[in-house]
Amino acid sequence: MDQLNNYLYISAILFSLGTFAVMTRRNGIAVLMGVELILNAANINFVAFSRFGGMNMDGHIFSLFVIVLAAAEAAVALAIVINIYNNLHTINVDDAALLKE
Amino acid sequence: MPVAEIVFWLVAAFTIISASFVVLNNQLLYSAIALLFSLFGVAGLYIFLWADFIAGIQLIVYIGGINVLIIFGIMLTNKISSVRLSQTNVQQGVGAVIALWLMILISLVISKTPWLQIESSEPSETVSVIGTLLLSKYLLPFEAISLLLLGALIGAALLSREAT
Amino acid sequence: MFIDYSLYILFLPLLAFVIQIFFGKKLPRQGDWVSILAIVSSLVLAVIMFASMISGYDPNFKQEASFTWIDMGEFKIRLGFLVDNLTIIMLLVVTLISTCTHLFSTEYLKGDIRYSRYFAYLGLFTFSMNGIVLANNLISMYMFWELVGVSSYLLIGHWFEKKSAADASKKAFLTNRVGDIGFFIGIMLIYNAIGSFAFGDIFNGVASEMITGTTLTLAGVGLFMGAMGKSSQFPLHIWLPDAMEGPTPVSALMHAATMVAAGVYLAVRIFPILTPDALLVVAYVGGFTALFAASIAITQRDIKKVLAYSTVSQLGYMILAVGTGVYTAAFFHLLTHAMFKANLFYGSGSVIHSMHHALHEKHDHDTDPQDMMNMGGFRKKMPITHWSMFLSTLAIAGVPFFSGFLSKDAILAGTLSFAQHHPQHFLLPVFGFGAALITAFYMFRMMFLTFYGKSQMPELIDDIHESPKIMTGPLVLLGGLSFFIWYTLPYFNFMSSHGWFTDLVVPKDSSVPGNPSADYISKGAHHAHHLAMYLSIAVAFIGIFLSWTFYIKKSLSAEAWSKRLRLLYRWSQNKYYFDENYNKYLYQPTLRLAKKVAWVDWELYDKYFINGFGRLTNLASRVAGKFDYDGIDQVLVDGTAKIANFLGSLLKTVQTGKLQNYVLYVTCGLIILMIIQTF
Repeated sequence: MDQLNNYLYISAILFSLGTFAVMTRRNGIAVLMGVELILNAANINFVAFSRFGGMNMDGHIFSLFVIVLAAAEAAVALAIVINIYNNLHTINVDDAALLKE
Repeated sequence: MPVAEIVFWLVAAFTIISASFVVLNNQLLYSAIALLFSLFGVAGLYIFLWADFIAGIQLIVYIGGINVLIIFGIMLTNKISSVRLSQTNVQQGVGAVIALWLMILISLVISKTPWLQIESSEPSETVSVIGTLLLSKYLLPFEAISLLLLGALIGAALLSREAT
Repeated sequence: MFIDYSLYILFLPLLAFVIQIFFGKKLPRQGDWVSILAIVSSLVLAVIMFASMISGYDPNFKQEASFTWIDMGEFKIRLGFLVDNLTIIMLLVVTLISTCTHLFSTEYLKGDIRYSRYFAYLGLFTFSMNGIVLANNLISMYMFWELVGVSSYLLIGHWFEKKSAADASKKAFLTNRVGDIGFFIGIMLIYNAIGSFAFGDIFNGVASEMITGTTLTLAGVGLFMGAMGKSSQFPLHIWLPDAMEGPTPVSALMHAATMVAAGVYLAVRIFPILTPDALLVVAYVGGFTALFAASIAITQRDIKKVLAYSTVSQLGYMILAVGTGVYTAAFFHLLTHAMFKANLFYGSGSVIHSMHHALHEKHDHDTDPQDMMNMGGFRKKMPITHWSMFLSTLAIAGVPFFSGFLSKDAILAGTLSFAQHHPQHFLLPVFGFGAALITAFYMFRMMFLTFYGKSQMPELIDDIHESPKIMTGPLVLLGGLSFFIWYTLPYFNFMSSHGWFTDLVVPKDSSVPGNPSADYISKGAHHAHHLAMYLSIAVAFIGIFLSWTFYIKKSLSAEAWSKRLRLLYRWSQNKYYFDENYNKYLYQPTLRLAKKVAWVDWELYDKYFINGFGRLTNLASRVAGKFDYDGIDQVLVDGTAKIANFLGSLLKTVQTGKLQNYVLYVTCGLIILMIIQTF
């Protein structure tokens, strides 16, 4: 628990899991959850570097901003998902490919 | 091993296992609830990192706000009794390989980099420092993000309202 | 205890405001009892504070409490409250007059469609005025100052269906804004030099010469401009007479204790930082306003207009006193004036109320119930109103044994002594005594026309009745307070203002280095006291006598004299054409200028400059277009497009339109980059 690397490994695992979800899940909301995992991984890094870099509070501020951004992103993304659902009656991201044509 | 160490590893394992559940579970609602536990675990990690305020914010915003929002989204869009479809797409295999590779590479980078580390003692409180920083050094980003939140609020409202 | 009590006094009316504005209509009796309860509790607390001030009897009593409002490193603003003898007296005056207004209004506005809202605004008004009184710094004073402006706007425009009322409220608000600009500039000048808004810091800063010379004069004049706006001094006096469009009890509150008093209160508070030059400006503005407004009041026919101009004139007195250095006399006059002027307004309200009812009985909706030429002979019909107004008229005219005599005498003595020290400013006492003469004349004119002689509309006189008890109550109370005795306790002297007030409100030395000391000023005023007293008694009685010969004995005919002095009469009756001139020389030229600028912008700039550019561009683009199409498009662009088309058809296969494919590619790219970097 006093090792920077431990936190970074945990963060790396979370990040990869998040990326996997983003790449493979069909459901838009599941993709969103993957994004949340990625953001959390980044946040852990911020706070960990802040803790092991001489307790520099700038990292905390950054993670705060990230949390706020995540909140905004979740709100907008869910609004979009619900909109897609209303229009296409599905939330599978594969089907929302109208831009292809 | 001291108790704190054991607890730390337990929290870490809890976080990662929950996160895997999020990613691998087929039932979307279960995923969301697993995400909740995972976020809880991350908050625990923050406490190990002396970031009590961030941990609190994590609990309030992520678990109290975002996760509830996600569950709402699931409820609004998925009929729970609907036919269970495959929750993953065709890229599953390739994606898994790539994600694994990504993890291995990042871990390699982490282990190979000589991180700069400065010893420090646990601060008595973080909230006042964060508050001062927010209103002095980071005043502009603070204001900008408040505008962004406002924009997101309006945007979300605009997007999700009934088309008239 | 003082700070706590004053906070209760401050916030109780605000609480009443909040309750009234949200739930007023649903409460029984439209919730007027909520407001009355709040204001009476405030009054009780103010009386308690006053009593303990009297029992303490300490001229240097002062309590301050402050808190940090904004703290951003170097930039700090502290707000707070200051309670001293001045504050306590002022709180008592404000809450007393406000209580009377509340009580009076329950009858006067009975059945009004916005009854509860009216009471809500009264609460807001009282709250903001108490805020000004309690402020220990310029910035919170400014905030409450603006709140007073807003609430006066709301109250003057209470009957906003009437266009004149809506216009009057706008006029009051905008005219005040002109003064407030100066106020704000003054605040900023001082903050720039001293770095604090608190009065104590400012006085110390001025004393230690952190701000001197012209800057200080400008700052002082700027702050005084705020006072000019609120206290309706020349040339910003135009809003006050129009403000009579509001309900009469509001006029009493606004023109006795709250709004206009705020300006004088500010002038008294900032007196220590006014330089000799700034003081001269103040003195001349005040003196001129006193005489000027009095000369307008002579010829007005509307009973409320007479009182309005008399208010302007009396405020001029107070400002004059500040300018000549006897600023405690100004505050003393503020105190006595608040009582008798509020009473006069209530009296006029009572008269108008009964006129209104009488006209209503006769189904006469064209006669103006406020016109004195329709009154006369009301003495027998409305004895209480008559006697209480008579007492207040004696007080305002400066007759001995009445409160106005004491305070006016103190001011005139100060003015006289100032002129004795500076003979070149002999005009100031001339203004003062002239205004005193005219005041006595027109006030008695008003009394005689309203209550004496024969009724001008005999068919009405049978329907004129005394107003109900809730309206005469304040009249009796305030009429009684017009006697000298209340202000000179515990000494019982009727010839000078020496009493608890002068013991407790002692003038302090000015902070500006080089200004005469308070001791010097008060000694001078003391010397001039006897001369001033005889003169002021003389002018008061001359004024009353003239009025009597004109309107009771009628040995001099008012009509004949107005014909003889036709030019002056017209000027005065038309308020020296101020509104018209402002309109002609200020508003209209501004409008014309704006129109000219608009014309230049549209006719010249837009049509020739901008459109010319347009034509030029048009021509150039034609030439360029030919070259572009033949030269570039056909060969170069189409050639490129063909290549791009070919490449695009190759890459099209990657473009699946599926988001997650793209994420996959991005991640692949990331991995490749990392591999390159790491190995």
